[in-house]
Amino acid sequence: MSGLGASFGSGAMTNSIEDLAKAKAFFVIGSNTTEQHPVIGAVVKRAVRRGAKLIVADPREIELARIATLHLAQRPGSDIALLNGLCHVIIREDLHDKKFVADRTEGFDEMKAVVGTYTPARVQEITGVPAADIEKAARLYALSKPAAILYCMGITQHAGGHATVMAIANLAMLCGNIGVEGGGVNPLRGQNNVQGACDMGGLPDVFPGYRKVADPEARASVEKAWGAALSDKPGLTVVEMMNAAHEGKIKAMYIMGENPLVTDPNLHHVEEALKKLDFLVVQDIFFTETAALADVVLPGAAFAEKDGTFSNTERRVQLVRKAVEPPGDAKPDWQIIAELAKRLNGDKASWEYASPAAIMAEAAKITPQYAGISHARLEKGGIQWPCPSQDHPGTKILHVGRFSRGLGKFSAVETIPPAEPSDSDYPLTLTTGRRLQHYHSGSMTHRVAGLNTLLPEERMEINPCDASPLGLKEGDMAVISSRRGQVKARVQLTKRIKPGVVFMTFHFPETAVNLLTIASLDPVAKIPEYKATAVNVARVE
Amino acid sequence: MTIEELERIRTEARQILAERGERFLPDGELKPPRPGEVRVVLRNCGQIDPKRIEEYIAKEGYFALHKILNMTPEQVIDETKRSGLRGRGGAGFPAGQKWFFARQALASRPAPADGAPPAYLICNGDEGDPGAFMDRAVLEGDPHSVLEGMAIAAYAMGATQGYVYVRAEYPVAVEHLQTALPQARRLGLLGKNIFGKGFDFDVDIRIGAGAFVCGEETALIDSIEGRRGEPRPRPPFPAVSGLWGRPTSVNNVETLANVPQIFLKGADWFAGMGTEKSKGTKTFAIAGKVKNAGLIEVPMGITMREIIYDIGGGILNKKEFKAAQTGGPLGGCLPAKYLDTPIDFESLVAAGSLMGSGGLIVLDENDCMVDVARFFMDFTQDESCGKCPPCWLGTKRLLEILTRITRAEGTEKDLETLEYLTQNISTASLCALGQGSVNPVVTTMRHFRDEYEAHVRDKFCSSGVCKGMFHYEILADTCNGCGACRLKCPDKVIKGAKKAVHEIDQANCIVCGDCYKACKFAAIAIRPRPTPKSKLPECG
Amino acid sequence: MTILAINGKKIEAAGGTILDVARANGIHIPTLCHHAALAPQGACRLCLVEVKGMRVLQPACTYPISEGMDVQTDSPKVRTARKFVLELLLSDHPKDCMTCETCGHCELQDLIYEYGVKETPFVGDRHLFPPDERDPFILRDMEKCIRCRRCIRACDEIQAVNALTMMNRGFRAKVATAFDTRMQDSNCIFCGQCVSVCPTGALTEKDSHGKGRDWQTTKVATTCPYCGVGCNFDLNVRDGKVVKVTSAWNAPANKGALCVKGRFGWQFLHHPDRLTTPLMKTSFWKEIKGTEGAPSPYKGFVETDWDTALDAAAGRLSAVRSADGPDALAILTSAKCTNEENYLMQKLARKEIGTNNIDHCARL
Repeated sequence: MSGLGASFGSGAMTNSIEDLAKAKAFFVIGSNTTEQHPVIGAVVKRAVRRGAKLIVADPREIELARIATLHLAQRPGSDIALLNGLCHVIIREDLHDKKFVADRTEGFDEMKAVVGTYTPARVQEITGVPAADIEKAARLYALSKPAAILYCMGITQHAGGHATVMAIANLAMLCGNIGVEGGGVNPLRGQNNVQGACDMGGLPDVFPGYRKVADPEARASVEKAWGAALSDKPGLTVVEMMNAAHEGKIKAMYIMGENPLVTDPNLHHVEEALKKLDFLVVQDIFFTETAALADVVLPGAAFAEKDGTFSNTERRVQLVRKAVEPPGDAKPDWQIIAELAKRLNGDKASWEYASPAAIMAEAAKITPQYAGISHARLEKGGIQWPCPSQDHPGTKILHVGRFSRGLGKFSAVETIPPAEPSDSDYPLTLTTGRRLQHYHSGSMTHRVAGLNTLLPEERMEINPCDASPLGLKEGDMAVISSRRGQVKARVQLTKRIKPGVVFMTFHFPETAVNLLTIASLDPVAKIPEYKATAVNVARVE
Repeated sequence: MTIEELERIRTEARQILAERGERFLPDGELKPPRPGEVRVVLRNCGQIDPKRIEEYIAKEGYFALHKILNMTPEQVIDETKRSGLRGRGGAGFPAGQKWFFARQALASRPAPADGAPPAYLICNGDEGDPGAFMDRAVLEGDPHSVLEGMAIAAYAMGATQGYVYVRAEYPVAVEHLQTALPQARRLGLLGKNIFGKGFDFDVDIRIGAGAFVCGEETALIDSIEGRRGEPRPRPPFPAVSGLWGRPTSVNNVETLANVPQIFLKGADWFAGMGTEKSKGTKTFAIAGKVKNAGLIEVPMGITMREIIYDIGGGILNKKEFKAAQTGGPLGGCLPAKYLDTPIDFESLVAAGSLMGSGGLIVLDENDCMVDVARFFMDFTQDESCGKCPPCWLGTKRLLEILTRITRAEGTEKDLETLEYLTQNISTASLCALGQGSVNPVVTTMRHFRDEYEAHVRDKFCSSGVCKGMFHYEILADTCNGCGACRLKCPDKVIKGAKKAVHEIDQANCIVCGDCYKACKFAAIAIRPRPTPKSKLPECG
Repeated sequence: MTILAINGKKIEAAGGTILDVARANGIHIPTLCHHAALAPQGACRLCLVEVKGMRVLQPACTYPISEGMDVQTDSPKVRTARKFVLELLLSDHPKDCMTCETCGHCELQDLIYEYGVKETPFVGDRHLFPPDERDPFILRDMEKCIRCRRCIRACDEIQAVNALTMMNRGFRAKVATAFDTRMQDSNCIFCGQCVSVCPTGALTEKDSHGKGRDWQTTKVATTCPYCGVGCNFDLNVRDGKVVKVTSAWNAPANKGALCVKGRFGWQFLHHPDRLTTPLMKTSFWKEIKGTEGAPSPYKGFVETDWDTALDAAAGRLSAVRSADGPDALAILTSAKCTNEENYLMQKLARKEIGTNNIDHCARL
């Protein structure tokens, strides 16, 4: 998100889901769309059936790769080189949109100088993708307009994630695919309300609406709205918090609706950190692994038990409606937060909300993108932000005619290798992801019997080439170790994964893959490198 | 390829043919023409080696293609219209008109952006009617005439890619086509820039998977596209939106095999044969109780009597003609009163039947019309694609009733229900298969109502077909006591002294019919049983 | 504009099929295989109409209008044909509406009623497939299948999965997976689109059986809690419990489509593991209350009430803030919670605690 913010001025998905149907070509990189965003995956599949071209860049032969015009199986952590290689070919063959570059962007020459060194031969060396395929992909993307780029955590969860996103932005701008129907750069949001949690300021450096806490003007306006002085010091990100807790600098935490003891990287470290806290409050709908470490556990309400809004990946703010009562004494989370706030010496009047609609009314006042959004309007259907006023219909496509930051910014980015490359002790690269049937730490989906029937346990995907020297057969148990821990999982042999790479998900707490992952962070986005961990696999006798 | 080169090949090949002498290759069902036949479509079958393109060229092959490439497509369409050529697949739609519609649709649409063919020409070789094999004969015996016809049709309508859709059950036809295609390509008679006239056309083979319904053009298109073949409603017609959504003309093998001849000999020549509305010749596959069964080609307008008696040699075993079933499973049974009706598309439809692809099954007095209807319904029900309820479910109900009637379980109410079903199936079904499925029932009920009534009222099958619904009696005033029946009887239940009237022990007779067939003096008759046997196990 | 006549009434329309134009003009034509989200196929023959000049009846759902067209949608001929089709379908359908899950929102039942089909004149074989309960989520009771192929088309046109197809021909034709396996052994992804479009009780939500007929449930439109696509759907609620999820066909992001989690992943809502009361670590409780506390199902935790829990939490958080400053506290808010809750959480962090140490799992 920070990468797109730097390039375009907004980190959100530029286009709409509906819009994707109009793309003549798709470039899907770091997104197993049919499993992670199945409904969008189906949109892409339908478009391909209609004749749209599809380029998939993924170390695994994901479902979309099977119907792709071209599948580029790059090594994990080599995305920047791949993207630079595509830009190299497009510029070399003069396929770029010169008018768009001239009128709407800056920094082209610097970018050109860097990508100039990424010849297909060199990129083949780094990524393992044949040079001819890189050239083919570049031509496909450049010559089929409009072309939409879809990406997800496969891009961002790398040591160089931030820079990779900027490299994606370079590619899109180079071909003038921004601000047009069926084009765009479309980061797919992993969770129902990641977009909204970010929009609403659930981030350490920004207020609602992405206004920097360090920006005096922004701070002043929020201070005025809330009637209180606010800190100008950006806070810590989640992994930094865990490190700070480990170091004893963070002494108390309040965790709502998260299960870091399964989802965060390097779990041994997380567990130690949380145990070192003086005080931990966990608010959730289930007694999670994290809740077990809490001093106080507060029972929240599930989505069906409260009113409110979620903002989806295409910036569409949509109503969530209460259908049933929370079980027992459980309460909607908004009520719990307000009750706790009142007890933290808060100005009681400012925490009296009759309903979530009233909260949205207040939030909309300090969130420019939501200024025109109210529950009353949403009753008639979701609205895509930015929606600056009550009569504004919402925005389907961002950056039409003008980027949010004015001119689009090309960034000269160099390839950044994974923080922990494989070596003789840990010869394989573990990449993690999700599967269709389960979700995140599984606290919801493991409590749906049918989903457990469909996918009862974790399976480690490994190429037969890697498995046979290890004596691993389909269904064997294997122990997977990294420098940080080890887990056991059943083996699934598949040629869908590149030799040298193994794949696991983090859905099963009993096979907590994040015991292995590394908490190395992207220096800007502070996203951990889930997609490349050096591991060693051995057969369990 | 140039015309000079083609002429050179013709000269050389004629020499070879002359040296070898006209011959008739042994070819199963196809016999040398009989008096009364006119062979246009089958002209080369058995005369040339179908695996050698030179022999086809010796017979003026591909000269028509060269000729029409000097005409405009519109002229080709007009000439075809003028010839009066109508589709030989069954419906009889004017071929030129079909190409005209496709060409018109093509003109109104932009070409595909990805360089895919703008339009398609499909040769329908999915010959599914039981007993019909005229398309097979042409594909096996003269594949190049079909390919040349396709190229001419493609030029007329604007197609650049053709497909021959042929049944998997025709391995020889497939093999001969697979031989013919590279030959034609090698000589530049298919492919890019044919005869240097800027016309591109190539042909691929698609093999059917054994579904009768894939002979229906929209189902056939589905099948080529790789899906289960099922008809879809028209409009849109294939001429507008056919294969891969592009303008498409689907023409039958026999139709296409006519085309080169029309351009070699002229539309007037073709129009000179046949009736006012049905021009040219038609192939028929004669089968059943006729002496000379097999494939024939005759001018349109010939009568059924000429076909059956003059060319076919009459009914086997001096039996009485009862009906002719024309048009395959979707056609009808025509009784003796139609023997002198000239056969063309209109007259057959008027009689409640169809030209169909040219199946003609001759039935005699020992064919039960209810059972014939049941037989065809069994076929149609089995072949219904399962898409529209009037067909997949309606034909099942028809079949169940007909089966009941032929098992002595029918009621008068069943006859009413049959009529209710046939009326509604024909108006409510999606495609010609469903709509036509009732024709065998409708025509037999119309022309042989008495047989149906005898089956349900008297539980009597006068043809001696429906088991349990008749028995044999020896006629005392005709039997001369020759003893042939007694000797044939497997259960020895016929008694009688030499030269004395014989008698069947009805209580122990298994009604096998051996005595009936053995009697040379028509002294054994089919009679109702005094007490009809019912609930017999299913026969066959 | 095209001018045509439907039932003698002059109508102007820009284009479309007879069915489109009739419906836009308030003229009822029954349908069974038609579904607004799927391409028309003209298979069921319920929408047959008379088009002047055409020999046989034509399906309104596929037949495009044209200038001067004269259409009869409710003539005796048309009604006879429709009733005939219904009689046929009824002759191969169990008459168990009393126990059928779909009773009350079954399109076949409604049409049989509308056309007054009391009894079918056809006696014959009926398909007797036992209900197929081998798969999770989807119960296939194929003897109720009317071969409308909506399921096949939804699987093809909406999902592009093609797990379902027709197999066999004639009366033996049936909807099946490749090689007629269980759905979980096919390439089915259990999105349940097939269930959502089935007009009869042939495909139903297994986990919802017996929990409430359509008219007994209230539908609450909401947004899916799983991934970021933001699918809308209707929660079907009866007696305070969610019993089913059904498609919202006008949803902007998903247009009725859902995935296995969205459509079938609601059971966690009523799972016995749900937290129903605030909990405090036993040691913490003892520290502030000095008693044993009320036991909870969770080892090392006691049950408590809201005031006690919130007072204790607020007290301890305040104490840390006083002792170590606001930046010694950190808050994780949630991408699973609503915008309003996230807004409140960061307001709590920034305004009441005084720290920007707030983040959530967006990066995970």
